[in-house]
Amino acid sequence: MTDFFTMASLVFVVGSGIRLATPFLLAGLGETIGQRSGVLNLGVDGVMLLGAFGAYWTILETGSPVAGVLVGLAVGLVMGIVYGVVTVTLRAQQGVSGIGIFLFGLGMSDLLFQKKVGTPLPIRGFADWHVPVLSDIPKVGEMFFQHSVLVYLAFLLVPVVAFLLNRTTFGLNVRAVGENPAAADSLGVSVARVRYTTILLANGLAGLAGAVLAIELGIFQQNLTNGQGFIAIALVYFGAWRPVGVMGGALLFGMVSATVLQWKTLGLVSGATSSLTAMAPAVLTIVALVVISRTVGQPAALTRPFDRGR
Amino acid sequence: MYTRRNRKWLGLTAMLAVLAFVAGACGSDEEAADDGLFKIAVVAPSASNDLAFTQSIVDAVHALDGVDAIDITDGTFIVDDAAAAVRGYAKDGYDLVIAHGSQYGGSLQEIAGDFPDTAFAWGTSNDTFGLDNVSAYTAASDQGGYVMGAMAAAMTSSGVIGVIGPIAVGDAKLYVDGFVNGAAAQDPGVTVNVNYIESFSDVALAAEAAEGHIANGADILTGTAQMVVGATGVAAENGARWFGTQSNQTSLGEDMVVASQVYKWEKALQGIVNGVKNGDLGGNSHTINLENGGIVIEFNDGVDAGDARAIGEGLIADIKARMVDTGA
Amino acid sequence: MGDWLRPRLARIAGPRLAGPLVPVVAVMAAFLVGGVMLLMLGANPIEGYGALLDGAFGDADALADTALKSMPLLLVGIGICIAFRASVINIGGEGQMIAGAIVSTLVALGLPDLPRVLLVPLVLLGGLVGGAIWGAIPGALKAYSGVNEILSTIMLNIVAVQLMNFLLRDMIMDPYEKAYGRIPQTQRLSDNSHLPALPGGTRLHIGVLVALAMAVLAWVLLWRTSLGFRLRAVGHSSAAARYAGMPVKRTIVAALTFSGAMCGLAGAILVFGSESHRFVTDGSSVGFTGSAGFNGIVTALLGGLHPLWTIPSSFFFGGLLFGANAMQRAVQVPAALIVALNGLVVVFVVSSDRLRRAVGESLGRERESSAGGDVEARS
Repeated sequence: MTDFFTMASLVFVVGSGIRLATPFLLAGLGETIGQRSGVLNLGVDGVMLLGAFGAYWTILETGSPVAGVLVGLAVGLVMGIVYGVVTVTLRAQQGVSGIGIFLFGLGMSDLLFQKKVGTPLPIRGFADWHVPVLSDIPKVGEMFFQHSVLVYLAFLLVPVVAFLLNRTTFGLNVRAVGENPAAADSLGVSVARVRYTTILLANGLAGLAGAVLAIELGIFQQNLTNGQGFIAIALVYFGAWRPVGVMGGALLFGMVSATVLQWKTLGLVSGATSSLTAMAPAVLTIVALVVISRTVGQPAALTRPFDRGR
Repeated sequence: MYTRRNRKWLGLTAMLAVLAFVAGACGSDEEAADDGLFKIAVVAPSASNDLAFTQSIVDAVHALDGVDAIDITDGTFIVDDAAAAVRGYAKDGYDLVIAHGSQYGGSLQEIAGDFPDTAFAWGTSNDTFGLDNVSAYTAASDQGGYVMGAMAAAMTSSGVIGVIGPIAVGDAKLYVDGFVNGAAAQDPGVTVNVNYIESFSDVALAAEAAEGHIANGADILTGTAQMVVGATGVAAENGARWFGTQSNQTSLGEDMVVASQVYKWEKALQGIVNGVKNGDLGGNSHTINLENGGIVIEFNDGVDAGDARAIGEGLIADIKARMVDTGA
Repeated sequence: MGDWLRPRLARIAGPRLAGPLVPVVAVMAAFLVGGVMLLMLGANPIEGYGALLDGAFGDADALADTALKSMPLLLVGIGICIAFRASVINIGGEGQMIAGAIVSTLVALGLPDLPRVLLVPLVLLGGLVGGAIWGAIPGALKAYSGVNEILSTIMLNIVAVQLMNFLLRDMIMDPYEKAYGRIPQTQRLSDNSHLPALPGGTRLHIGVLVALAMAVLAWVLLWRTSLGFRLRAVGHSSAAARYAGMPVKRTIVAALTFSGAMCGLAGAILVFGSESHRFVTDGSSVGFTGSAGFNGIVTALLGGLHPLWTIPSSFFFGGLLFGANAMQRAVQVPAALIVALNGLVVVFVVSSDRLRRAVGESLGRERESSAGGDVEARS
């Protein structure tokens, strides 16, 4: 165990935890925006997979990571339009249509991968960017300031989203629509327009999260996300619908996963017992939430389609 | 209960049922026709282009002589689906059904008994369950592991090597054990860290395992099974060298992959196929190794391995001559 | 879309049939899109769909295999009916199936020599118990600690998979494997625990009958017992239920417990009806459950959250899933297309949900009850 507590080891765990947290964070921020306006999107994982494949294939064909990121984002936006039509215009049940999107994304990404990609070659992503000055701080610099530009982007989005939700008119509309759409409607806020916007943002971020995942891993595979989209949804609840809370949840999950991984690499756990330690992130997330014991209310209109005149 | 809403579902169900039966009736009945063609089927857990486990068996069956038809069901990581596929092939009159995955063994044991006239093959394992229509095949991947472990130990400048494995089973375990022993025999001072990620398919976990090794100082990585492409990407990004197994993985990095232990399953399968044609449906276990040419170490000339290459080639010759114990 | 579709359907089929026709049209629209995708991939859609339907329903064996594939979808779906009717969102089907499989396996390993007539019910009971526990935990967390069930069920899925991996690699691993192959599976489970086959020479076993029986029992529970009434009341409005003096917290726990029990039973049936007569893992949850924990949600919702209508719904989905492999072999299009197609079917049918009501409304019929309508999540 002393091996683990060396400086190098701990530095790796923190850095790795931040890196692992990034896709959760992006998808979670998007889902937060959507849920604050009353829209539950259970299809995040599917959109992430489509974004991941889009990014992977684009980089494979063009060699440009920037193009890959943009394609991932675009794919997410397209899925957002679809989800918007289904849940806002056609007012379908959100839970099941989300699962439908998940299945569609899961199957479609796998199908396209099998048919369009012959040999799955690895792709190169963004080089790590060392923040000037800050990255030279011993230890701390390695942990926080030597990451890929996509990681910085994700974490910078946290205050941006918080500002958006809490200090802009748009954010006010979002929250109003999420709490009481009828009242918002009577005040002249277009519930449909607000929800379309939040859905586009949510799915765009989910597509971006998928792109980030594919780029970080440098490869694509069937079911690449392995349920990470669902974990991101869970983290929204953990974070009480606040961007900072979601960031906290993502970091908790990432750090614990990184710790467990390091134990395995160092041979501290092996074989069957490593499965027990692999439970740790999930168990700790639940325990943390019970201890904090919040009953913070969710947006009151969550999952309820809005029908003017009902 | 007989409400309006339920009537709608009744209507939907009725229409779908009618559709289904009409279409089913229109479908032609499959007969297990004995048309004199020798037909092989393969059931495997991952994609045929995974550059690892499944790719090796798919490449092999296409390299066989005397086979008229090949059918492949890949991606069946759900064990019961694979079992259904195996049973389906047997029912359709295939001459040889290959179940490529150690987790399929239990199912095969049950199915083979129901089809005594069909030949089955199971890999990677050496257990035929005492049934005379089941052949088992495995690879002495510890041999290639030993060779490449020694090469890695000779090549490493940091003194740390990282191994990423799936579950410690079958040819994966053999490979890793051989690799560790080979490295130790070459240079006991080198540290070899082994991480079994406990999954055959989780690419993200494999990538993180590789990151962990790199962070702990490894400058050479190796790994086995279909999730290994996650690790190779990380190796490429960090300038680490890679030793591959199961298939030739040079395409993953022309300037990164030093060598690959390539499985030529056809060396084992051809014997099984010929046997079946002569009426011997199985009952034996077959192992591919360096000596019988079932395992070939393919070096990548794009990477200059220096002295390690000579060491490797020397060990290959020694193992073929049975002068080395890989200890696995 | 409703404005365009409705009059035409009414003209073709008469006003009474137009309502039920809308979801059928939706399904066909999804298949049409799928057909276009097949064309774009260079396959003949007629051939592809023909192979799919033939593979799923073409002969007795296919029907049997489809029924077997539908079984976990049905049981999970029944569990979802119970939970969603109480407005509890259970996404923990995967973990609950695994928990049921674990407990039932422990029963079989512990009592291998019991006569079959005792052992089979006991292992099934083990499945119910295992799943019930795995449902009760998030239920209690929700009722007494305010932990949202979406969060806890997703996390418990992860815990269940790792627990399964741990046990199958250590405590309940086949002793032969421990020494030799190290394949993560149990020893061959006692023949007395294997589910008896149904007559007819197919792979069909009594597990399917058990699932059908559970559907009936669930219907009885929901509409013929006071607990069922409480479940549905809490589902409509927990505030009103509390005001009426109902024990809301205990009801929420009961909802998730029963829901989990159904999923656990599915897991047990998977193990004890399996080809391999063992509990075996490839390290993932999907490798054991086949995503039934998610697909079951879809079948329940398309069955209108009614246990009996979940039966044809799960048969239809089971057929799609099982026939996919036949389609893959016939036209060389990966079975993944069917997964995507399932998603399209779901989205199209659910989108037509409002259309159906609009059709009903505009044709002058009374508005339907909102039973089975939007799932309202409450903490």
